[in-house]
Amino acid sequence: MTKTKSDASARAVPDRVEAAALLRHMLRVRVLDERMLKLQRAGRVGFVGTAKGLEAALIGSAYALRPKDWLWSGLREGGAAVMRGLPLSEYIAQMYCNSNDTAKGRQMCNHFQHKGSNYPSWSSVIGTQIPHGVGAAFAAKQRGLDEVHAIYFGDGATSSNGFHSGLNCAGVWQVPCYFVCVDNGWAISVCSRNQTAAESFADKAVAYGMPGREVDGNDVLACLEAAREAHELARRGQPSLLVLKTYRMLGHSSSDDPTKYRDEAEVLAWAAKDPLDRFEARLLADGILAQGERARIEAELTAEIDAEIHVQEAAPKMALKTLVEDVYADVPLHLRRQYNRFIAVAERLGHATPGDGAFPL
Amino acid sequence: MANLTLIQAVNDGLKTAMRADPSVLVFGEDVGPKGGVFLATEGLTKEFGAGRCFDTPLSEDGIVGAAIGMAVNGLRPVCEIQFQDFIFPAFDQIVSEAAKLRYRSGGQYTAPMVIRTPYGGGIRGGLYHSQSGEAYFCHTPGLKVVIPSTPYDAKGLLLASIADPDPVLFLEPKALYRTVKGEVPEGQYTVDLSTLRTAREGKSVTVFCYGAMVPVCLKAADQAAEKGIECLVVDLRTLLPLDEEGVLEAAKQTGRVVVVHEAPRFCGFGGEISAIIAENAIEYMEAPIARVTGFDTPFPNTLEHHYMPDDRRVLDAIEHVWNY
Repeated sequence: MTKTKSDASARAVPDRVEAAALLRHMLRVRVLDERMLKLQRAGRVGFVGTAKGLEAALIGSAYALRPKDWLWSGLREGGAAVMRGLPLSEYIAQMYCNSNDTAKGRQMCNHFQHKGSNYPSWSSVIGTQIPHGVGAAFAAKQRGLDEVHAIYFGDGATSSNGFHSGLNCAGVWQVPCYFVCVDNGWAISVCSRNQTAAESFADKAVAYGMPGREVDGNDVLACLEAAREAHELARRGQPSLLVLKTYRMLGHSSSDDPTKYRDEAEVLAWAAKDPLDRFEARLLADGILAQGERARIEAELTAEIDAEIHVQEAAPKMALKTLVEDVYADVPLHLRRQYNRFIAVAERLGHATPGDGAFPL
Repeated sequence: MANLTLIQAVNDGLKTAMRADPSVLVFGEDVGPKGGVFLATEGLTKEFGAGRCFDTPLSEDGIVGAAIGMAVNGLRPVCEIQFQDFIFPAFDQIVSEAAKLRYRSGGQYTAPMVIRTPYGGGIRGGLYHSQSGEAYFCHTPGLKVVIPSTPYDAKGLLLASIADPDPVLFLEPKALYRTVKGEVPEGQYTVDLSTLRTAREGKSVTVFCYGAMVPVCLKAADQAAEKGIECLVVDLRTLLPLDEEGVLEAAKQTGRVVVVHEAPRFCGFGGEISAIIAENAIEYMEAPIARVTGFDTPFPNTLEHHYMPDDRRVLDAIEHVWNY
């Protein structure tokens, strides 16, 4: 395991265009989360799992991916998906679980997907996406595609079956993927030191015959640099494990009260290491960012998001037929029957609208 | 046409699919040079290379999980779980992931894949090489559950499963691997999923069965015929989605129904068949529906021939519903 001591100030001045892009993407994550939390408190969306504190880890690492690469999400990578092409409209439609949602409102909030930028649908089950990403990387190798699969998960997932079987198979098969453990300190209320006796999650890589590297997850440039290295290894068929050490500033979700299980002092210590403040200070010092620029970008992003919220508030009603569609490629007879009995009742009670009608049997 | 055993038909089906489509891959534990513990994959690595038929780490969760990723990214994986008894580490991947991917993604992502696995008793395998877990999987919308009982169907249903756009659990009755033989066409042909097969015509009693219970029920039907009871024996072949129309039609033909499976009775597939008939055709019934099943116990070893329904128990049930 390599522990990378990250000291952003010791680095060369970052590329101006790249740095500006990173800052903007990180700010969008923060602004989106804040806006979604407000909507949740107003009762407009049901659930929010924020990435506050993880912006550098998520954006920095995902920035290393090319459009043709895949990002297998574990939960909080929605902002990275937006950076890679998930339209804001789809992001917010998913939060509303409305009829514009590409998943047809079937998943709870915060479960994004975007086929166009290779961001597959993920389930709420922890760690199951890890072997999927490995299998997809196997397919890329088999089909001769120049594709890298970045597989994301949290600290808690390192205890799951999927972590072991996924990393083990990847190590044996030598497929073009790498693993990104966003160690944000807490799996809901269980802290990382209660998740493993290993000194670092990156130590686990040794057992799978691959390099493991722990990086300061609040340093966006360090995350980007480490992900680029993992990406390069993956392209050569060498999987690796990247552990981004960071901190989940808010609860696991809008339904969680973290004051019940962690010290305020710990939260304050990490607040002082806020990845956005840190990157902003760095860019100001390097003369890449002007005073007041951050606030201007935030206002711009907020306006974009608010405009899209208005659109999504006006989404049409969900078609009732989505209840039984997409279970199989075709709706089988027994599901058509079940739906038709249901819709007969709905029509009698006036709950159905035109278009909700029965299936032909 | 070749006269093949059921396992030879499976092997022939795999080879046919792999010859036709380079995206079809076969993998699992010991399926490579060894050819599988039952030899279902014999000769595949030799013919298609280790890139298309290979051994995986001993990881059912990894096998099925990776298969899902392969399917999402353009391959047609046909993976093997060595015994159905060992499938449970992969239960999460099958139930939470493969079966739900199309639905949860609104049709954006799909996992066309086949999980082949030998199931059932009769080989003195004890608790962990004999189980019939079909009911667990039939409770999972999004999955297809297929069980052949003849060599012809084994190949035709397997090829249909590999071509199917949805994930298929293909349960192979290991007791029949080498005990049934039949004519199998060469090359490509399919047997439609979700269609049952009439294994024997009869007007007196309808017997529903599948997998290794089909020959048992046919034997019982022969004995019943000697007593003047003509049984309509129905091989369900696909349990999910079930050919409900066919089931109802067959039940109505005689008004007397026996359902046979080797899995435990409680919440078993026989309960579903009984309920479908009770809901839709109870007015046709001349007798209570009878179930002949394994006991509601784990699978035994020494007494397995008493645990599994045999022709005597099936005949007793046939006579019971006939004489009711």
